[in-house]
Amino acid sequence: MSLINLSYSAVFSLVLKRDLTIAMRHKDDIINPLLFFVIVITLFPLGIGPEAQTLSRIAPGIIWVAALLSTLLSLDRLFKSDHNDGSLEQMLLSPQPVFILVLAKIFAHWLITGLPLILIAPLLAVLLHLNEQSYGALFLTLLLGTPVLSLLGAIGVGLTVGIKKGGVLLSLLVLPLYIPVLIFATSAIDTAALGLPYSGQLAIIAALFFGSLTLAPFAVGAALKISTN
Amino acid sequence: MWKWLHPYANPEVSYHFVGKILPWLSALTAIFLSIGIVWALAFAPADYQQGDSFRIFYIHVPAASLSMGIYFGMAIAAFTSMVWQFKLADASAAAMAPVGATFTAIALITGAAWGKPMWGTWWIWDARLTSELILLFLYLGVIALHNAFEDKNLAGKAAGILTLVGVINLPIIKYSVEWWNTLHQGSTVSKLGKPSMSIDMLWPFLFCFIGFALLVGVIICIRFRNEILTRNSIRPWVRTLVSEQTSSSKLVENK
Repeated sequence: MSLINLSYSAVFSLVLKRDLTIAMRHKDDIINPLLFFVIVITLFPLGIGPEAQTLSRIAPGIIWVAALLSTLLSLDRLFKSDHNDGSLEQMLLSPQPVFILVLAKIFAHWLITGLPLILIAPLLAVLLHLNEQSYGALFLTLLLGTPVLSLLGAIGVGLTVGIKKGGVLLSLLVLPLYIPVLIFATSAIDTAALGLPYSGQLAIIAALFFGSLTLAPFAVGAALKISTN
Repeated sequence: MWKWLHPYANPEVSYHFVGKILPWLSALTAIFLSIGIVWALAFAPADYQQGDSFRIFYIHVPAASLSMGIYFGMAIAAFTSMVWQFKLADASAAAMAPVGATFTAIALITGAAWGKPMWGTWWIWDARLTSELILLFLYLGVIALHNAFEDKNLAGKAAGILTLVGVINLPIIKYSVEWWNTLHQGSTVSKLGKPSMSIDMLWPFLFCFIGFALLVGVIICIRFRNEILTRNSIRPWVRTLVSEQTSSSKLVENK
C-alpha cells in the first residue's frame, strides 16, 4: 500500500473522518455531555433563586463553568476506546507524525463536543437572563475557548489513559490549567454587558488558543507514548 | 566539560555522595534556622503598624517563595530527565513534589493567620492567594499522578510532562489571576538596592530565608536517598547495604 506516502492533510482527514464516523455510531457520546451541560445550568437557578438580576450577573460564570465540566466529562472518550482496542498503539507505530494524528483526533473531539455546546449556549443564556449585549461575546469566547479546553484536556487524557481509575485524576490534572480561559472568557462577557470593548480579552483567549494549538499536540504525543509504553 | 558529572548518574554513587553531604547540610540548617527564628521572633523590632503579628512574615515569605522555587526545581529535573533520559532526575522530582506541596500549604495557612488580624478575614480572593492555591492544586496533581502508576519509571515520566505543562501555564495563570483581582501588599524584599524594610528586620529575614531553604534541601536529600533505595531495591548494592544495616543493628541489640 502507498499508506506510507500519504500527505499530512490526507492523514489528518482520514483520522478525522474515522473519529467522526465512530462518534456518529455512538450518539450517546455526543448527547450525554450536552445534557449534562443543560442540567447543570438549570440547577443553578434552582439553588440560587429565580431573581433575574442575580442570574444575569452570574450567567457568564455559570455557563463557562458548566462548559468546563461537560468538556471534562467528554474528554475520556478521546483516547480511551482506541487505547482499549489497541488502535492507539497502531497509530503511534505508524510512520505518520504523531502531531498530525493527535491534532486530528482533538479536532474531531471539538467538533463532537465543543460545537454543539456553542450552538446550545445562547438558548441557555436566555434562561439565565444574560445581558442582551453579551451574546456576541459569549459566542466568540466559546468559539475561541472551547478548542483550548479540548487541547489542554487532551494532555491530561494522554497521561491518564493507561490508568484504570483515571477519571477523577483527570479532573485534578486538567481543571487548574483551565483557569486562565475561564477568567478571560467571563471577563470578556462581563465587559460586553457594560457596553465596553472586549477585544483585549478576546485577543488573549486567541493567544491561548494558538499557543495550545502549536504546543499541546507535542505534549499529548509524549504523554501517549508513555501511557502505551 | 561535563565529564565530572557522569559518575553521579550511577544511583549508588549519588546515594553515597548525598549521604556524605547530608550531615554538613543539616548542621548548617540547624545553625541558620535557630539563629534566624530566635532573632526574628524575639529580638527583631515589631512593625510600627502591624505590631507583633508582623512576625509571621519571617515564616510566610520564605515558605511562599520556596514553594515556587521548588516547582521550578521540579521542572528543571523533569526537563533534564526528558532530554537526557537521566532517571535520577525523576527520582529527585518525585522527592521534591510533596515538600513543595507542604511549603505551599504552610504559606497558605500562615497567610490566612496573618490575614485575620490585618485584613479582618481569613481568606480573600486576592491574586497572590489564589495563584498560591492553584499552585497547591498543581502540586497535588503531580503527586496524584505519581501515585497512580505502578511503575515508578513511567510515573516519573508522566509527572514530568505534567510538571513541564504546569510550568508553562504557571505564569499565564499568575498574570490572569492578577488581572482578575488584586489586594495583596506589594513585594517588600525583592526591590533590589532599596528594600522597603528596615535593616534590623532584613537581617533576621535573610537568616530565616536561608535556613528554610537549607531545610528544604535537607528534606529533599533524605527523600531523594529514599527514592533511590526504593527504585533500586532489587540491585545487589542495596541488598548488601540493607543486610549490613540489619546485621549491625543486631550486634547492637546483642551487646
